[in-house]
Amino acid sequence: MSIRHGLLALLERGPRYGSQLRTEFESRTGSAWPLNVGQVYTTLSRLERDGMVVQDGEDEAGHPLYAITDSGRVELRSWFENPVDRTSPARDELAIKLAMAVGAPGVDIRDVIQSQRRHTVRAMQDYTRLKAQALTTVEKNGARERDDIAWLLVLEQLIFQTEAEARWLDHCEYRLIRLSSTAPAAGPEPASPGTVTGAAGTGTQAGAGAEEAARHRP
Amino acid sequence: MSTQQQPALSLRNLTRVHGSGATEVHALRGIDLDVHPGELVAVMGPSGSGKSTLLTIAGGLDTPTSGQVYVEGTDITALNIKGLAALRRRSIGYVFQDYNLIPALTAAENVALPRELDGISARKARTEALAALAEMDLGHLADRFPDEMSGGQQQRVAIARALVGDRRLVLADEPTGALDSETGESVLALLRSRCDAGAAGVMVTHEPRFAAWADRVVFLRDGAVVDQTVRSDADSLLTGRAAQR
Repeated sequence: MSIRHGLLALLERGPRYGSQLRTEFESRTGSAWPLNVGQVYTTLSRLERDGMVVQDGEDEAGHPLYAITDSGRVELRSWFENPVDRTSPARDELAIKLAMAVGAPGVDIRDVIQSQRRHTVRAMQDYTRLKAQALTTVEKNGARERDDIAWLLVLEQLIFQTEAEARWLDHCEYRLIRLSSTAPAAGPEPASPGTVTGAAGTGTQAGAGAEEAARHRP
Repeated sequence: MSTQQQPALSLRNLTRVHGSGATEVHALRGIDLDVHPGELVAVMGPSGSGKSTLLTIAGGLDTPTSGQVYVEGTDITALNIKGLAALRRRSIGYVFQDYNLIPALTAAENVALPRELDGISARKARTEALAALAEMDLGHLADRFPDEMSGGQQQRVAIARALVGDRRLVLADEPTGALDSETGESVLALLRSRCDAGAAGVMVTHEPRFAAWADRVVFLRDGAVVDQTVRSDADSLLTGRAAQR
């Protein structure tokens, strides 16, 4: 997540001091990704080192104010113009867990899927309730409250993300059921753990539903 | 949700077997479920898990092989056909995927119909129907025929019809199945608000996004409840700003 660009975007609206930036960042994103003041100041000093912000006096209370520079504006513009990179996906713990659960002895992968599904759907229930509240607020205050709208967008992103995860879990379950029902009863042994075969990809998939694979070692 | 209150719907050890012998299929295997007034429950599960069977039995459209179905305290499996028909009309509203409004009747007439069948005067039924539509912000649709309404509008009228009069139990079978996600959301928002106002709702859906509007999500697999989720206090999830609202 780019705190750097988030701060530049806030500074484009005028000079601000550190804890003010933190408050505004959080009210934009509904505290979905809380920041601490330390992160804000570390980021500000890096931005200052890179010439994207400068210290610009103090407010009445003596807080040092930061202002965006022209090269900061160029950086911000380019952030908005360029897509967020998806070609090197972040490590996903759930995907790793399911990959490891395939054929793992003593692990029922359907139980792993179901316990995740319960958790994910429950998170969706919570986000959905927050969203219903946010919608009411936006309808009441009108479209002029930028923070309300930003918060609604963030919540909806969380809903879409959890929805994608829930659908993927359903898909994994169907996939495993289909593979285990079509797996040949007495066909060639799937690769047992530790044995590398030529058809590595199909080997792991065929072992998906069948924990037996591990027991029926040749 | 209060558990002292009598549930609007209770299923007790419900089983349903289709066919017999070698072709026997156990659609439901001992389901227990309580739904209280003010509660919206979503039932999810893969196709063939028994979720539609559960709903049709809860609504008295099918009979269980064994077990009981209590609607506001009355065991509907013990009723004769006439008694069941009367109870269904009085207590249970059903919402289908394809709306099932009567094409020759306007929205208001569709909503008034179950009340007229209850034996109240046409004029009173119409008054009630108009009030129900107005309460759900659908008053402007009163004189439209189904083919003059969008899918989402028809489904919201169907929910009004399901809850007109004293009925407080709405059973919805994939109510958003034929709708795009934006419109589906407006249907769920209406269902949610009716439950917040005291109705009890059970909805079968395979869409997690719509199930997420429920207070509780029940997962079926092979005819049995394998798991369920209860919505937490959302304010504890995202603290700070959320809690201030």
